Parts: sequence; structure tokens; C-alpha cells
Amino acid sequence: MTPTLQLFLIVSAALFSIGLLAALSRRHAIFILIGIEIMLAAANLNFIAFWRFAPPPHPSTGVMIALFSIAISAAEAAVGLAMVIAVYRHYRTTNVDQYNQLKG
Amino acid sequence: MNGAAFIVISLVTLGAALAAAVLPNLMHAAFCLVLALLGLASFFFLLGAEFVGLALVFIYIGAVAVLIVFTILLTRRDSKEHLGLNWSGVLIACAVFGGLTWAILKTQSLSIIPPQARTLTVKRIGETLMTGYVWPLQCVGLLLTAALIGALVLVMEERR
Repeated sequence: MTPTLQLFLIVSAALFSIGLLAALSRRHAIFILIGIEIMLAAANLNFIAFWRFAPPPHPSTGVMIALFSIAISAAEAAVGLAMVIAVYRHYRTTNVDQYNQLKG
Repeated sequence: MNGAAFIVISLVTLGAALAAAVLPNLMHAAFCLVLALLGLASFFFLLGAEFVGLALVFIYIGAVAVLIVFTILLTRRDSKEHLGLNWSGVLIACAVFGGLTWAILKTQSLSIIPPQARTLTVKRIGETLMTGYVWPLQCVGLLLTAALIGALVLVMEERR
């Protein structure tokens, strides 16, 4: 049995929903970042699956976009984790429910 | 492409991702995230995009996961969260998954099997990056530099 494109897309949708679950239901800032990373990874899986299943002629666009998306998510993780550390230094907690003012 | 490999990889990936989303201990969740990303990389190998799979392992597991572990250790005081799963979040996630699955299953043109095995060599990827994608490549370089400097500035100690 060869997996069809539909199966890959369903796995990707499940991965995206799990990331959404982590981002929406956890109260810890690092968990929210982990959820966002999982969602971005699910999008990458979609790009690669569509690239692999495309009819000829084969452009390499899907692979290129996945590479750029990986680079951008690395930048996002670096800035996000730096923000978690900066806010932790101020509030002494990582629970996002207690971040309730913008005053520095 | 192998059906058994697909089933095993998808079970491992989804299970590890779910564990990363619901485990109460942050450290365990970070290691489950690493396992889920390894499963995703093996999906890429299965699909024939070896270079992207390797880049995923190097960047996500080598850099991002290590960064997450470092941040957990630096903010260690309350790394054991009181597990209060927000049920509206669960509900929204289930609704999104249901909607996406319905749309995917309803689209007839998606149930295709892959064409012949295709090879995209690293040489070809490098040539494409240096010809057609040279401006996006420069922009990503600039973005990464800005993110590096921004992260440093954010965590720098304030002088009083």
C-alpha cells in the first residue's frame, strides 16, 4: 500500500491541531512556544508533501519554501525564548496569566 | 514509499507531539518535542526530501530544542505547572482538526499516489538558491542577523 497525498495532509492537520491545543490550553510561556513550533513544522510537512506529489514538470518550489520556513522559525524561536527570559526576569514567573501589565 | 513505514512514523510523531502538548513536566515535554521533530524528519526522508530532513534535524533539534532546554533551566522556579488543561482550547483544537479533515476528505483530487521517485540533489538546491532565490536568501540572512541582535538586546541586563 502506498500512502496517498490525503493521508499526509491528515497527519499534517492532526499535528497542526496538537500544536494549536498546546498553544491555546497551556499557561506556561515555553509551552506556547513549543505549540507554535509544532504548528510551523506541520506546515512544512504540507509543503514537502505537495512538492513530492506534484505532476511533472517538477519545480523545486516546495523544498525552497520549506527551507526558508525552517530558517524563519529558528529566528522566531530565538526571539521568543529571549522574550520569555526577559519577562521572567521582571515578573519572576512564566505563567502567562500573571503577565497583566505592559509597564516596564 | 512504504505503507508500514508511514504508519509507524505517523504514530510515533503524533504520539510524541501529543505528549509534548499535554505532559505536566516541562523537561519531558521538551524531549517529546525532540522525538516528534525526529519523526517529522523521517517523514521528509520518506518523501525524498533528504536535504530538508537534515536541515530540520540540524536546526530544530540542534539549535531550537537546545535553546528551549536552556530556557527551561534558566526559568526553573515553576517548571512544574499545575496542570489545568483549558477545555475551550481542547474544543477549538478538535473543531479545527475536524474541519480540516472534512475539507481534505471532501477534495477528490487529493487522493493520488506519488509519481516516479524524483531526485533533487543538493547541487540542484544550491544552484536554485543562488540563482532564482538569491533575494529571498539575502532577506533571510538579514532576518537571522536581526533576530540574533534582537535576542541579545532583549536579554541584556539593564543598567541602572
